Amino acid sequence: MKTFFSELFKKANSGFWPIFITLGLLIAGTISVYQNPRSLSAFLTLMLCPLLVYFMKINMKVKVFIGLLLIVVILPVLGIRNIFYLEVIFQMAVFAALALGLNIVIGMAGLLDLGYVAFYAVGAYTWAIFGSKQLSLLHSIPGAAPAGAEFALSPNYFWLFLFLGVGLAALAGILLGLPVLRLRGDYLAIVTLGFGEVIRVLALNLDKPINLTNGPQGITPIQRPPLPPEFILAPIRSLLTPIVGHVPTDAEFYNVFFYFLALIVIMIAILVATRLEDSRIGRAWTAIREDETAAIAMGIPLVKMKLAAFAAGASFAGGMGVLYAANRTFVSPETFSFLQSIGVLTMVILGGLGSIPGVIFGASAVVILNIQVLQNFSLYLSELRQSDAVIPIINFAWKDLSNQLDPAKYQKLVFGIILVVMMIFRPSGLIPAERRKRELVEDKE
Amino acid sequence: MKQFTSNPFYKFIIFPIGQILVFALGASLVLSLFTVLLAYIFRSAMTEFDLVERVLLILPQVVINGLTIGFVYSTIALGYTMVYGVLEFINFSHSEIFMVGGIVGVELMAYFDHTGALQTMNQYVIIALAILLGMVISGSLAVTVERVAYKPLRGAPRLVPLISAIGMSFFLQDAVRLILSLTTGEFNVILPNFGTFDEFLILAVPGIATPLRFQIKSILLVGVTVLMLVGLNYLVNGTKIGKAIRAVAQDRPSASLMGINVNMIISITFLIGGALGGAAGVLFALKATKLDPFVGFFPGLKAFTAAVLGGIGNLTGALLGGLILGLLESFSASYLSTFTNGAFGAEYKDIFAFAVLILVLILRPSGLLGQTVGQKA
Amino acid sequence: MNKRLLALLSVLVLASMVLAACGTPAPVATEAPVVTEAPVATEAPVSMGTIKIATQSPLSGGQSLLGVAIKQGAELALEQLGGDLAAMGYDVQLAPYDDQATPDVGVANAKNIVADSEILCGVGHLNSGVMIPSSEEYHTAGLAFISPANTNPVVTTRGYLEVNRIVGRDDVQAPAAEEYAFSTLGAKSVFIIHDKTAYGQGVAEFFRVAAEEDGITVVDFVGTEETANFDAIIAPLVASTPDVVFFAGIYNQAGVFFKQAREAGFEGTFLGTDGMDSSDLADLAGDALTTGGGMAYTTVAGPASAYPSAAQFVEDYTAKYGAAPEAYASQGYDAMGVCLASIKAAAEAAGGTPTRAQVAEAIRAISYEGLTSTIAFDDIGDLPFAKYFIIKVNATSKDTWGTNEIIASFDLPSPGK
Repeated sequence: MKTFFSELFKKANSGFWPIFITLGLLIAGTISVYQNPRSLSAFLTLMLCPLLVYFMKINMKVKVFIGLLLIVVILPVLGIRNIFYLEVIFQMAVFAALALGLNIVIGMAGLLDLGYVAFYAVGAYTWAIFGSKQLSLLHSIPGAAPAGAEFALSPNYFWLFLFLGVGLAALAGILLGLPVLRLRGDYLAIVTLGFGEVIRVLALNLDKPINLTNGPQGITPIQRPPLPPEFILAPIRSLLTPIVGHVPTDAEFYNVFFYFLALIVIMIAILVATRLEDSRIGRAWTAIREDETAAIAMGIPLVKMKLAAFAAGASFAGGMGVLYAANRTFVSPETFSFLQSIGVLTMVILGGLGSIPGVIFGASAVVILNIQVLQNFSLYLSELRQSDAVIPIINFAWKDLSNQLDPAKYQKLVFGIILVVMMIFRPSGLIPAERRKRELVEDKE
Repeated sequence: MKQFTSNPFYKFIIFPIGQILVFALGASLVLSLFTVLLAYIFRSAMTEFDLVERVLLILPQVVINGLTIGFVYSTIALGYTMVYGVLEFINFSHSEIFMVGGIVGVELMAYFDHTGALQTMNQYVIIALAILLGMVISGSLAVTVERVAYKPLRGAPRLVPLISAIGMSFFLQDAVRLILSLTTGEFNVILPNFGTFDEFLILAVPGIATPLRFQIKSILLVGVTVLMLVGLNYLVNGTKIGKAIRAVAQDRPSASLMGINVNMIISITFLIGGALGGAAGVLFALKATKLDPFVGFFPGLKAFTAAVLGGIGNLTGALLGGLILGLLESFSASYLSTFTNGAFGAEYKDIFAFAVLILVLILRPSGLLGQTVGQKA
Repeated sequence: MNKRLLALLSVLVLASMVLAACGTPAPVATEAPVVTEAPVATEAPVSMGTIKIATQSPLSGGQSLLGVAIKQGAELALEQLGGDLAAMGYDVQLAPYDDQATPDVGVANAKNIVADSEILCGVGHLNSGVMIPSSEEYHTAGLAFISPANTNPVVTTRGYLEVNRIVGRDDVQAPAAEEYAFSTLGAKSVFIIHDKTAYGQGVAEFFRVAAEEDGITVVDFVGTEETANFDAIIAPLVASTPDVVFFAGIYNQAGVFFKQAREAGFEGTFLGTDGMDSSDLADLAGDALTTGGGMAYTTVAGPASAYPSAAQFVEDYTAKYGAAPEAYASQGYDAMGVCLASIKAAAEAAGGTPTRAQVAEAIRAISYEGLTSTIAFDDIGDLPFAKYFIIKVNATSKDTWGTNEIIASFDLPSPGK
């Protein structure tokens, strides 16, 4: 049996087979998602493609081409056909960027940050406060919206605030870093956890003495940057109409627009992360991660390097926060909970600490699990519960299944199991960091 | 005199109780004086009411509240600090051990309520049974968690077991919720009404306008925790097992060479810490009257802060840290609104602990009483 | 990820795709959430296609009791009132979604809902904090939603055509509560506490404004996320001896607070909001609700007994689900009724399956005889007049929750935008 599989595998990954299989899956996946826009299994099939592209022995240029085709053309088009996929791929992009940022802090510099979502909140609230009517509501009761409140800034300022959000989050990272840098690993984890909670509680409570964050009511509406001008959109619209079966609306274009923005942030994150990894700073981080004392002895400026890691990691979260606020047109403190921080941590751990393809894979997997697989499973169970179906052998009627057995509600359980199991059985993640892989491959060859 | 101090009765009963008393009274006194002083300073700034009078009015109650919750924090903090002392690792899931203890205790009382035994049995027997069951379940759960999620990771880099512990904490929260939801349909557990615990012992003190009101369950809570602290002190400092624990904490390889079964001792440490956490959970449930699977998170974090405040790894430190933190929290939550005239209020209570934590770590990373820890931390 | 495994997996998937392509495109098991079958019409009309009506409310977790009531009320309405559309040839189905009382989940579900072109109308949510961001999605997609429970004014004051509600508003509810405290209870001082949610804080702020206008002393205004130990808030509360404690929040937090405050010696009256309308409150607070000044709450959804035409509904509901309807079940029923009637009107006007925009227009034009009242909407989607109740709690345990009495009910006009 085993030899059969390994033979099969060898065959599948040599000669023209890889490209044939990959393209075949890509086409089959695209067609099936196109045919069944609401089918989960079709979407999962399509999402297997990037993994194949990554693993199969294919010419690098072809790999890049297939990857770009999928990410830039196929996914957005299918997304316009079913707007829910736009939400899925947007969330995947957002969390991939967050995970890449956290990866710099944990994976490269070895500093466990349990309050990472705080920086995301800093970015989101930066644009939320200035990109909404909040500035003219500073002295009114939270929740009340007196007439005559105006947007403080034109939506074009979004671009400026994208950079401001990055800068402010980096600043917050440095401010957090300064007092806690003397601490080692586990203390630092708890302090960052506390910091995350502090930011959330501040967002929740800074509706008095002056109403800066509108408290638990959250800030809405928040402006979006204007779409590209009509002469660009019009041809795209007429091109897409026959493919997706309806005239794409501005709302759908906005979703695509934010998806591409998130992709750009990811590209920058990947670029920065790869450049950093092989730079002086990256090597310094590795040294700090492996042995702090030795790193000091080697003359590495510990404080500067740690601050750089905090700032670099935080800045991605800040940028994504601004994007998120504009995409949702709504922010409230509930989004920035501890659960969210652990969610991002789970993505990094699942994919592989320090591994860029790993954390992107981890983010995608956890997002799909969270908003698609678990949700669908819940709905399926509720369907069974309402039917007359019975499990044959044990004679258990689905009707009697408790209402509370609802997988979508047990995110924490899933995160917890992933964290523990990964730590025990595969601490380097599903797609381990390049450095280790390089060593392994060299050994084999 | 020397003979007297080495007398076990003095060493294991009088001295620890005296120590607790000094800590509790001292911390209360210092904080009270400080607050009253502040009130005098800002008295003229408040025109609408007399700040000093308002502060003094509720001062006794605030102190009592602070000490009550402080003892809960102390008891949980002991679990953190013992494990840290032995393994140098933050047992993040300890807050869930605490929660499980509380829920088990309440479920036992609910069961008694169901069978009708609740009204016929002696109320203190019921509480004792609930605490015992909470201790047993929490203790064994702590040992199981250690075996499953931490033991395979011994010797791995520091962050690895910590991440595993965080995962375990999340897992336990939702697992308990799942079990509760499946069996009872919802995940809030409510303490049944029984006995005279809600009543008050009213003590009129000459010179103070409002009489002091001690709720019986607060007295019970403080009494039981003090008892456990004294017991723990004896266990750690007066028995062979305690000696072994201290040896492992000091130098694990050498302890192993001396014939100490290190794995066994680590399990015992988790057992003791877990049992204390479980007992604290039941006592906390008595006070809170309703628990849910997420109730452990904040008390757990605060207890950890208390352990750091006192000097992690140091048992006396955990006691002192818990008391100080409980008092600080009670004072800040009750007075912040009064002092800032409503601009800030009790809603900042939960982040107050973190502010303390950060300050301690900056100013005195080894904690108030920690000396030996310096090289470990 | 094991390379070998991966390659194998993809080969398998590929093979299955080829096989599937040969056969008929079978519906995938976990496809769309379709639960209730449409009532079978006696005659077999020409099939006009499928129409779905979505519900979104918390079906799991702490507030599921109320969320499930909304869904089940809607489900029952579809069963009983869906006949007209079925006679026109439509297969009408319910698509229930679980927003988990969380804004992010609500928005993600909203995108899922608007992506399903067969959904023409929706019923939801329970929490204003979820409704407000989710309705931005409904608004951009032009999908009409009818809220059976959201009382935050912002829900409708944004003036979206697609957002309607069939209950009252917090900026009326809170002044009504204050009026009760001021006139009936004769309160001179009040301690206001809220749960730091969009809902609780909203009501509390309106209450404060009204109290200050009437000259009631607001002793303190506190928000707290605490769920277990309220000592630190109760100490100053008891010392300041207010006549009334106004708690704006949900029962599972308030119950514990009431109990602890009573134990600590508070003798005045507790006043609550519609979030207290659950029998679990009595289990949590016990006799703290009836001792001292007692406890009363305002609500926009009276018990089913408050609506004369709801007797049959209560009977049917109890027969179908095995328990008496909780609060908002009859509102869920009515919201679904409005959806069905509007779709029917729009379909008749359009002479075929209506568009979402036509349904949204039809909702605004409708006058519908519901269980709770005659439902018609003003230009922002509010009822011109909504019902508000003040209910005094007589229950000390879950079983006696039915003994609570309505001590006042008002029909008050909507304040508009």
